[in-house]
Amino acid sequence: MISLLDQRKPQVHVTGAQPFAMACDKQSLAGSVSQRACVFCGSRVVLYPIVDAVHLVHGPIGCAAYTWDIRGALSSGPQLHRLSFSTDLQEKDVIYGGEKKLYQALVELIDEYQPKAAFVYSTCIVGLIGDDVQAICKRVAAEKNIPVLPVHSEGFKGTKKDGYRAACEAMFTLVGTADTLGIPRTSINILGDFNLAGETWILRRYYQEMGVDVVATITGDARIDDIRRAHGASLNVVQCSGSMTSLAQMMKEKYGIPFLKVSYFGLEDTAKALYDVAEYFPENPAILTRARTLVAREIAAALPALRHYRQALAGKRAALYTGGAFKAFSLVRALRTLGMTTVMAGSQTGNAQDYDHLRQICDDGTVLVDDTNPLELAKFIQEKQVDLFIGGVKERPIAFKLGVAFCDHNHERKIPLAGFEGMVHFAREVHDSVMSPVWQFTRRPAETIQPPALPGGTGIAALATEARP
Amino acid sequence: MTTPLSLPVESHAAASSRNACKLCTPLGACFVFRGVEGAVPLLHGSQGCSTYIRRYMISHFREPVDIASSNFAEASAIFGGQQNLRAGLLNVIRQYAPRLVGIATTCLAETIGDDVRSYLRDFRRDFPDAPPVVHVATPSYSGTHVCGFHEAVRGIVDQLAPAADTPGAPHDAVNLLPGMVSPADLRYLKEIFADFRLPLILLPDYSDTLDGQTWTEYHRIPDGGTPVADVTRMAGSRATIQFHSVRAEPATAGRLLQDRHAVPCHTLGLPIGIRQTDAFFKILESLTGRPTPPPHAAERGRLIDAYVDAHKHLLGLKAVVYGEADLVVGLASFLAEVGVVPILCATGEKTSHLARQIAAVAPQRPAEARVVEGVDFLDIETHARALKPDLIIGASKGYALARKLDIPLLRVGFPVHDRIGGARILHMGYRGAQQLFDSLVNEILEKKQQESPVGYTYL
Repeated sequence: MISLLDQRKPQVHVTGAQPFAMACDKQSLAGSVSQRACVFCGSRVVLYPIVDAVHLVHGPIGCAAYTWDIRGALSSGPQLHRLSFSTDLQEKDVIYGGEKKLYQALVELIDEYQPKAAFVYSTCIVGLIGDDVQAICKRVAAEKNIPVLPVHSEGFKGTKKDGYRAACEAMFTLVGTADTLGIPRTSINILGDFNLAGETWILRRYYQEMGVDVVATITGDARIDDIRRAHGASLNVVQCSGSMTSLAQMMKEKYGIPFLKVSYFGLEDTAKALYDVAEYFPENPAILTRARTLVAREIAAALPALRHYRQALAGKRAALYTGGAFKAFSLVRALRTLGMTTVMAGSQTGNAQDYDHLRQICDDGTVLVDDTNPLELAKFIQEKQVDLFIGGVKERPIAFKLGVAFCDHNHERKIPLAGFEGMVHFAREVHDSVMSPVWQFTRRPAETIQPPALPGGTGIAALATEARP
Repeated sequence: MTTPLSLPVESHAAASSRNACKLCTPLGACFVFRGVEGAVPLLHGSQGCSTYIRRYMISHFREPVDIASSNFAEASAIFGGQQNLRAGLLNVIRQYAPRLVGIATTCLAETIGDDVRSYLRDFRRDFPDAPPVVHVATPSYSGTHVCGFHEAVRGIVDQLAPAADTPGAPHDAVNLLPGMVSPADLRYLKEIFADFRLPLILLPDYSDTLDGQTWTEYHRIPDGGTPVADVTRMAGSRATIQFHSVRAEPATAGRLLQDRHAVPCHTLGLPIGIRQTDAFFKILESLTGRPTPPPHAAERGRLIDAYVDAHKHLLGLKAVVYGEADLVVGLASFLAEVGVVPILCATGEKTSHLARQIAAVAPQRPAEARVVEGVDFLDIETHARALKPDLIIGASKGYALARKLDIPLLRVGFPVHDRIGGARILHMGYRGAQQLFDSLVNEILEKKQQESPVGYTYL
């Protein structure tokens, strides 16, 4: 029997229990084996998909090696983001400083690859050895005439969230440095979609059909020149709010650009995102009309497949653990569309407001976890008799060891899960894992698992009615 | 063919590393700690180090790899990490009930000069009943994952075996320190020892912990691994066998056991291919006074038969081999004995022994053949383009190169992130050579067949 560490208990809540109290937004507990990474990870993951920049990790080799070509973030052009550059600091650099090496590395890489900008990520020891990264960046920027941006991402200076903020701050210095001539009023920036398996392209297509111009995609398939003129857009549409709200907030304060928080996972959330954007441009009602046509058509196209999958999946129990909490909301709804119940949900970086919302959309008895760890996940997978786990690579073996199906919804995935077509892919992914015959051989006795009653809730009505027995 | 006289030892000229052909030091230590029974690794540093290494290892082994972190905050970097290390240790002990905690330091803890030894003395004073704790210094600015691996093996032996000059109670077992090999290799090595009826202390042994079965109940720590009690008995073993070609001898665990406890140490390269494996079996024969057991002799015979059957497909082919220096030496030896030229032998390590070792195992190479150390994958690409190889042998990070050059990649070693079964790749011994050989020949045949305008179904 796995029991919780006392200090972890405030970060676990079972919905329905009163009062609702959930600790979060904390540094991970030492020795708890958090699934989180570090500040550097937060910055790296956000900036990674910028395809025409050099990303140079200033530090010993590990930080660069472990983040080489790991995201499924696609490019329609340059592939520079898939290379891994490191100053590979050695003992002598730690003693005498790494500034010279950093300067030289930057100059060489910029000469070789002719990037539109360079990002320099500080790792843990950079501040300790006293390197003035800012000064080196400034010098190289002047010499090479491109933006060279320090990212203050020392691993131990906070959590992954602080890394998101550092990335946003670096990008914010780019915004406003290029001409916005020719950008129409009906224009947006897409924030917080990383073009995993081409998801940004799906969204672009939707907005194009609606008649909305996309100025910059930040950071899926991003180009430095687009980010520089992103302040010309009328609206920031923010998906991964945990990582991108700070950039949207800064742009609101400086350029007066409002932002909307959306999600493109699941039919309902995608439809709502498109309608919300359309409604932001009331002077052009044709946008809303086109959005309605698009949504109706895409949902009609998706429903037959979803009905098919739902028949197999209805009544199954799911657990999910995501990076940001916003994705968890969408997943709870998307699972409901498939007739599945969420019995455990959590995130690495959710805040109090996020968990309150999660509590409201989940059924009573759902376990909510913040910044959890492998043993807690294993405990709840077993106790809640989970059929499906949704998470990332680090969670996968926990599910598989216990004979539980798994769907990768993290940034390494190679299958687009966003938008209406993404929902069909998601359903297929879930179906192909949950319904595989291999589970007959895993020793977790399937017959002891009681199927729960079908959930009610907010599933797309037509679909829910159709698939109900 | 001529033997190249002067070989460039190191050819990395760029200021930065571009697609590294190495990993950081603590990763190697985590490998080793996962191979001790009931052990949990704990990295003293930032949370990210543990998480990145976990993700990297999980992607290869497809097994749970729990690695704790002392999770430095800003205050720990200023005032030292003692409180975090203590809290981390206590939480690991509470959660996992480990039989050993293996602490490896990260670059952060090393840079601020944290005195982990003294922290652990304080910890032991306050918690005398805590399980044993082993500590290795693994700053990632010094060496590579391979150094971390060997440091951890040495650290475990150093800290768990009896103190210097204390003779261990003698027994019949032989210590085997295989280096960073696959779980399949470890299982096979155990089988060989069993067939020789030679008791074995294998360190580390992650054959089960990193390639295990499914569970009905979650295991906090996967079953398997070298028992701590066995490690403490290593000082009384009959002999130590350790596999490596390029380590500095005084720094190895085998040498430590020899110097401190007079356990004779046999050092040889990874037994890959017939010649290197013969050397290994010869040691086993002399230690046991028994001939090679018939099933293994038969495997050797079948391997030679296979070499004969397929030799015409291989002679003169040129291969790029990269990875850990020890593995590169072993593979080069294997390739040379089947007629394939290891035209480029490359490692991200800096050992200054690689060229000599390659020359010893593969003396007949054309003048343009190269041996390079301290290189990254873009260096390897530059060399490879000049050398026009027919195939590439190494871990899956070389796939980009294989794709660019449109030649096959034979996946070996670590990491294999783009195929299933990385843990079950067998490299060592007659059986491993058989698998490598069949895969190698079949890669070549597949390419020939695909590129043929005829498309014969009979080759």
